[in-house]
Amino acid sequence: MKNIITHLNKAFDNRIRLGIMSILMVNDRVTFKILKEMLEVTDGNLASHIKALEKEEYISIHKEFVGRKPQTSYATTVLGRKAFNDHLNALEQFLKKRD
Amino acid sequence: MNEHNQHLETLTEIRALMEKSTRFLSLSGLSGVAAGTFALIGAALVYLYLDAGPFDGERYLENRHLQAGGPKKWGMDYYTFLIVDAAAVMICAVLSGFYFTWKKAKKKGEPLFNASAKRLALNLALPLATGGIFCLILLLKYKWVGIIAPATLIFYGLTLLNASKYTLDDIRYLGICEIILGLIATWYMGYGLLFWSIGFGVLHIVYGIYMYQKYER
Repeated sequence: MKNIITHLNKAFDNRIRLGIMSILMVNDRVTFKILKEMLEVTDGNLASHIKALEKEEYISIHKEFVGRKPQTSYATTVLGRKAFNDHLNALEQFLKKRD
Repeated sequence: MNEHNQHLETLTEIRALMEKSTRFLSLSGLSGVAAGTFALIGAALVYLYLDAGPFDGERYLENRHLQAGGPKKWGMDYYTFLIVDAAAVMICAVLSGFYFTWKKAKKKGEPLFNASAKRLALNLALPLATGGIFCLILLLKYKWVGIIAPATLIFYGLTLLNASKYTLDDIRYLGICEIILGLIATWYMGYGLLFWSIGFGVLHIVYGIYMYQKYER
């Protein structure tokens, strides 16, 4: 049991961080605006969680200009994908044990 | 047990977000019913124009009506009439499709044109436009009416198969049915309009009702 708990990643124990990763796992690149719409959170809240994931190097940030407007988009890193998959596997294991 | 439920809930949430961020889920079943109805009206007009019934076989009718340019009816020759009729059906179907989908999106509190809607629209438009241009060339340059119904069915089926990745997965099966119908229609070339009415009319209505019952009731 202990073994499984250690596999549950601390970085993902927050609903919004988990949400960000879920969306980025199945989309190549997602803008800040779309993440905000999907997760229904405030700018500040989303930004702080993005920063946390960025610090873990689970997501990468891309800045570009669309016309004259700067646009920021996000994508998962290889490390992030692995961490997320491990986390899902750990969740799955946990649920299996209890069934 | 509480933790168990919590993790289960987490997995459900992840799944929902993955779906929501990649698929356009507001497509309404009523759009299908409306499109099917317009298709049947359009097909009925062709039968009226040709003064024929669905089981008469078009090849015979083509010969009777269309030799050396054919007679004009309702102020149009057969080819012009087919194009006008098809365009009218398409416009009505697309507009009603937009209307019912817009209503469903509004009810769910989602924007009609979000990222997944755009992606779906693009993936519908490209293969459909290809099929449309292909059929127009067959009709206008080669005057090959018989191939139009099978070709539109096959192109439409392949389009749906492709689009099923970006919206409710169920339309995959509608796509497969359209492709099968298109292939049968290619074999029985003279009865194209009959198969077209089944594919675009009856199947759309049956499917629309099924989807409505499944997702919107």
